[in-house]
Amino acid sequence: MTTHSLPQRTSRPRALVVSATAVAAMLALTACGSRTAAGDEGTAASSGGTSCVDTSGDTVKIGFLNSLSGTMAISEQTVRDSLDLAAEEINAAGGVLGKQLEIVAEDGASEPTVFAEKAEKLISSDCVAAVFGGWTSSSRKAMLPVFESQDSLLFYPVQYEGLEASPNIFYTGATTNQQIIPGMDYLAEQGKTKVFLVGSDYVFPRTANKIINAYAEANGIEIVGEEYAPLGHTDFATIVNKLGSSGADAVFNTLNGDSNVAFFKEYKNVGLTVDAVPVVSVSIAEEEVGGIGVENIVGQLTAWNYYQTVESAANDTFVAAFKEKYGEDRPTSDPMEAAYTSLYLWKGMVEKAESFDVAAIQEAADGVTFEAPEGTVTVNGDNHHIAKTAYIGEIAEDGLIYPVWESDGPIEPDPFLEGYDWAEGLS
Amino acid sequence: MDALFSQLFAGLSLGSVLLLAALGLALTFGQMGVINMAHGEFIMAGAYTAFVLQLVIPDAGVSLLVALPVGFVVGGLLGLLLEVTLISRMYRRPLDTLLVTFGVALVLQQLARDIFGAPNVDVRAPAWLSGAVPFLGMNLPRTRLFILAIAILSVVVLSLVLKLTPLGRRIRATVQNRDLAETSGVSTRATDRLTFFVGSGIAGIAGVALTLLGSIGPTLGTNYIVDAFLVVVVGGIGQLKGAVIAAFSLGILQATFEYSTTASLAKVLVFVVIVAFLQVRPQGLVSVRTRSLA
Repeated sequence: MTTHSLPQRTSRPRALVVSATAVAAMLALTACGSRTAAGDEGTAASSGGTSCVDTSGDTVKIGFLNSLSGTMAISEQTVRDSLDLAAEEINAAGGVLGKQLEIVAEDGASEPTVFAEKAEKLISSDCVAAVFGGWTSSSRKAMLPVFESQDSLLFYPVQYEGLEASPNIFYTGATTNQQIIPGMDYLAEQGKTKVFLVGSDYVFPRTANKIINAYAEANGIEIVGEEYAPLGHTDFATIVNKLGSSGADAVFNTLNGDSNVAFFKEYKNVGLTVDAVPVVSVSIAEEEVGGIGVENIVGQLTAWNYYQTVESAANDTFVAAFKEKYGEDRPTSDPMEAAYTSLYLWKGMVEKAESFDVAAIQEAADGVTFEAPEGTVTVNGDNHHIAKTAYIGEIAEDGLIYPVWESDGPIEPDPFLEGYDWAEGLS
Repeated sequence: MDALFSQLFAGLSLGSVLLLAALGLALTFGQMGVINMAHGEFIMAGAYTAFVLQLVIPDAGVSLLVALPVGFVVGGLLGLLLEVTLISRMYRRPLDTLLVTFGVALVLQQLARDIFGAPNVDVRAPAWLSGAVPFLGMNLPRTRLFILAIAILSVVVLSLVLKLTPLGRRIRATVQNRDLAETSGVSTRATDRLTFFVGSGIAGIAGVALTLLGSIGPTLGTNYIVDAFLVVVVGGIGQLKGAVIAAFSLGILQATFEYSTTASLAKVLVFVVIVAFLQVRPQGLVSVRTRSLA
């Protein structure tokens, strides 16, 4: 009996340990896998840029490519909703060059590789004239070679870290000099000299903070701490401890997603206040405020190019139309507005070029403008970004964000920060 | 010196969170050998319970206190349902329980998404938990003290139940020698169900407590499930004492590493320490001595 019991006694816990460790490893891997940038395998050119776009009929096809499943679905669904709204409006008003838009909708599933595959499918088998979508930088980086090799067009609606320009992508969200630099300008104007940087540990916050460090050095601001938390990190006790003892008089926050909630709860719990140490965030829009809990974040600042509260006739129309289609309780946000605007900008370019041809659109793009909800936007033909107005907003009790500062008119896009002496050597 | 103390507290606090997430697992995984991947979703269910109660009861303080027992029952009932329908068919087949409960976890996540929507929701903390308590020159957030208290209370109650009550004796008997317990007149089926109810109920309590720290979303549980398994494995399968020591050690270790390096690096370093530790003691900190044949 004892000879039997001995190996079994030890083998049961060991088997459990092994399997549990395997589970842990498996989960860790799936978690990482979704964040790694896509490889380039989905990008091999297959047709070498011969366009199959069919413009002979009464309709023209365009592609919408957003994550409707996976971790990014929460955000990208809102972009899809506003794209649908824009397409509906354009069709109701007679279409583009007299042709009705026919939408081919795809799900990027929050995976860069899927974005690359679906982009390829939209271009070469659905023969769409242009694709609208993408959110994360890794999804954009995965799609970029596809659009370049197939010579098609992507309209990308989200603020990003800059340092990129492709003739095949139009960037309708902010680049760094339209969001991050105005955010820092605002802090400097308020007399803040000791800034603490906190961000999620991936490409956007790290690039943004590199730029902020260069800015700070040139403008007499001291960076008193720079901390990164893994995406999804929820225990901010240590980081907030470091923040508390750093002597910071302001925080620049590039955290993404859930981490913001944990960060702001911890910030409030240790007794930090908006008056003493305000936080400027660049990834929190109207949609996120509710999930974070207004009471945790009221009075804090954000830097964007659009808020639901922006006062313009175009915005009144946009907000009313959106609420009518999707419900009174749905707020509008910067990426949604940028996506909505991107469809109208494409329409403007097509009508200026009088053609759906990619080369003709690229040729005609420079100077195309649109009275967007955020204000007048203008396409820059050199870098394919658009001139946008920067707003610093304050989060109010009602969950909306109200502008407290705005730039003197639209800011010319400068993705490589060539216009700033201190930015030399970045990238 | 201040920094040292506040980091020690940060570590204790992190440890208490880990402990709450792992305590129920120490019972179901440690004692019963069931790898329950849906444990994280029971935590999530507890968190959503707190959210729902807050909609019903406007006073945040009252709703939180009501949520603790209700969260226990909700988590427990989900656990009981899982045990009766699926797990009872696969005791002594840990890898099968892993796959089945992983599927259940995905189903529960989607269910939560359908019921409560994809965006995260927030539970307001009551006024008496906002702010911090000054202590030796530090500011100890009240929410974290509260969670620490819940963790300690849960451990105390659970170990008293295991030590002193007839249910506890039956659980221990079943764990140590299922066949002998059965022959002695213990209904091991009933015991299994009750153990699972209690273990999953503690996950529900953990969920309620976690609403004080972060937001509530369908994937809340996946953030904690790996850490919870690590605590149980490091602590030693089948031992509450081990889970307690492991949770606080890992919490303090994480906080210490994080203070001197970065959050990402600290996680890696903690993993390295765990891997090294399991090389030396694969059975974990505290191991069961049993004559069991099972």
